[in-house]
Amino acid sequence: MQKSKLGLDFEKVEYARGLAKNIAQDVQTFVEQYTTVAVERTLCRLMGIDGVDDNQVPLPNVVVDALKDKGVLGEGALFFIANAMLQTGLNPQQIAEKVSTGEIDITKVVTRDAEQIAHVLQPVIDESMSRIRTRRARREHYLETIGEGPKPYLYIIVATGNIYEDVVQAQAGARQGADVIAVIRTTGQSLLDYVPYGATTEGFGGTFATQENFRIMRKALDEVGEEQGRYIRLCNYCSGLCMPEIAIMGAFEGLDVMLNDALYGILFRDINMQRTLIDQYMSRIINGFAGVIINTGEDNYLTTADAVEAAHTVLASDLINEQLALMAGLREEQMGLGHAFEMDPMLENGFLLELAQAQMTREIFPKATLKYMPPTKFMTGNIFRGHIQDALFNMIGIWTHQGIQLLGMPTEAIHTPFMSDRYLSIENAKYIFNNMKSIGEEMQFVEGGICRTRAKEVVDNTIKLLEDINKEGLFTALEKGIFGDVKRPKNGGKGLAGVTMKGENYLNPFVELMKGKR
Amino acid sequence: MSEGLYSMEAKDFDKTLDFTKIKPYGDTMNDGKVQLSFTLPVPCGAEAVEAAKQLLRKMGLENPSVVYYKELTPGFTFFNCYGSCSHTVDYSTIYVPKVESTTMDMYETDKYIKENIGRNIVIVGASTGTDAHTVGIDAIMNMKGYAGHYGLERYDMIDAYNLGSQVPNEEFIAKGVELHADALIISQTVTQKDVHIQNLTNFIELMEAEGLRDKMICCCGGARITHELAKELGFDAGFGMNTYADDVASFVVQEMVKRGMK
Repeated sequence: MQKSKLGLDFEKVEYARGLAKNIAQDVQTFVEQYTTVAVERTLCRLMGIDGVDDNQVPLPNVVVDALKDKGVLGEGALFFIANAMLQTGLNPQQIAEKVSTGEIDITKVVTRDAEQIAHVLQPVIDESMSRIRTRRARREHYLETIGEGPKPYLYIIVATGNIYEDVVQAQAGARQGADVIAVIRTTGQSLLDYVPYGATTEGFGGTFATQENFRIMRKALDEVGEEQGRYIRLCNYCSGLCMPEIAIMGAFEGLDVMLNDALYGILFRDINMQRTLIDQYMSRIINGFAGVIINTGEDNYLTTADAVEAAHTVLASDLINEQLALMAGLREEQMGLGHAFEMDPMLENGFLLELAQAQMTREIFPKATLKYMPPTKFMTGNIFRGHIQDALFNMIGIWTHQGIQLLGMPTEAIHTPFMSDRYLSIENAKYIFNNMKSIGEEMQFVEGGICRTRAKEVVDNTIKLLEDINKEGLFTALEKGIFGDVKRPKNGGKGLAGVTMKGENYLNPFVELMKGKR
Repeated sequence: MSEGLYSMEAKDFDKTLDFTKIKPYGDTMNDGKVQLSFTLPVPCGAEAVEAAKQLLRKMGLENPSVVYYKELTPGFTFFNCYGSCSHTVDYSTIYVPKVESTTMDMYETDKYIKENIGRNIVIVGASTGTDAHTVGIDAIMNMKGYAGHYGLERYDMIDAYNLGSQVPNEEFIAKGVELHADALIISQTVTQKDVHIQNLTNFIELMEAEGLRDKMICCCGGARITHELAKELGFDAGFGMNTYADDVASFVVQEMVKRGMK
């Protein structure tokens, strides 16, 4: 048994994990019976369908909407595409183009038997799988040759709205020492039920996630990574109404990190819970196979709820996210479970409470690439104090061996970062990470002290909460507002119309392929 | 780069405080000292420093001094600078429109409603448009409030409905009508490229088109919002930095009484 610096009772932790597993299993049983428009569009993309029609509607949407309009989405896109391939001899892209021009109705083609379907799909499936494997191997090759920065990885954001300007900012950040570059999405993208196409130069508070933008940024980071002798990871957002589609685009284009929370969209974007839970499963299968580190969004709970009172909701959600991720085939090392430094800076001994929670999270998820979020809620526009808040946050990051340190910016709450803000933040983190490198190995937590007591309290409260959720199920718990003080009805929110029960012809061989052959 | 801790500069300027000619204060009245930092898109070097100094002079800063500079990435140099501002402003004649209400605490506001309105009032709030941030609306509305100021949900005499973020203005207004709102409050956090101004303008236009503008009190808030901006956009009040639920509630109830809304 692992030894705890905080005196954590690991039997209790395992009990909590067991509860989370039950909760996740209950969700999983539900999820496996359904598919969504986003999952089917993802399968279209895995069939090689890409591009847009004359009205800029992505072809995967054209195909899936055609099935949805006919009420046959439950049979799945692959079934119809395969039958159309067998009948016409065309490839999936050609079929999608003909659907868009109205030349064929794929719901009207002759249906063949399962064996013929499997046979015609096989080469296309192999090609997609190989495309993802190649991308993954490319990352692994870079890591073996040029290597990477030490943990915690320094994570910064770029958010100019223009992908070409983002490239300038990202390369500058990498040269200053950043290990992970996240391209913030334009506000509102999470509620689009399609992924825009092509390179984009306009956005509010961020840049559209498109496959072309992914490609442009990947190339830029590879260039600067080679120059700096350090692999630079690219991060985007696998959330909203297009979770699995963004995942597959990322898998094709070599993204390394994806925000990919099972509950975030439900709570903070009012996306229907059934839709998100189904979508997160497929998106995580893809991320698992592609070797992507997922980041979960528990930190957001603390921007609405109080960071001291609600700490146990973060841990409970981390445990549930972990179990749902395991069910999708993600390895623990690929789990960037989230937590945050969000207590009121005026709180007496707040630093110790934050330290206790960060250490606790580290010990409960020893292999995870934990994602640690900086202060945001109590950043005031006083950039000078903000820089110190970020310094305290960085101390805990190195002290408790966090995996990914999302660097706080002194100008948080004022504007999306300037190039110089990133420089100051990276300088702050590098100074502290170097100057305090081994503090975690040197310092111990006093028996019966503030930190040990706090960790115990959070674990105990987490167990109580998980017992409640386990009793009533996750859906009901979300309806009652258990996370982030946000209440969401099971049949409310956006995107429920895109959920459908799987029919008898339904097939998605990628689930088993990706989960089995990593 | 520093020339010692003590300023050896001559201080032969007039050191009298004059509200008609105000300039920044460093450590001596009218020294005009300003600190600023910025990045220029030029490579690091003596020419970069000279460019920064020339820019400072054009900004009206005398004795410009670059105390730190660093190339952030090839072709971009960051500067920390000081200078003495040569401009002054007339403080004595400044007029800034402010929310004209007395700020009461939660208990006083509840009492005020009971005595002057005699029923629970309804306030509906959201972060509307594409803005995904709930931090502002939560600070005003959530039970717990922010920085020790209870949120509207905690008021006995206020029925507060927080619709969250990314609520389209149309939907927000419809919900306000459905709930018989006395006041609609909007929070805006994302202000890049003035998206908040477009959104707030759109809201007021919709209210006017629906003939609802006079029937409800409309307020907006956010770190980059001022009362002046809000009034300009057609709102009744705007709440910027350092304002809390108390300020919003106090304004709404006093404005209701002023307008005779019962």
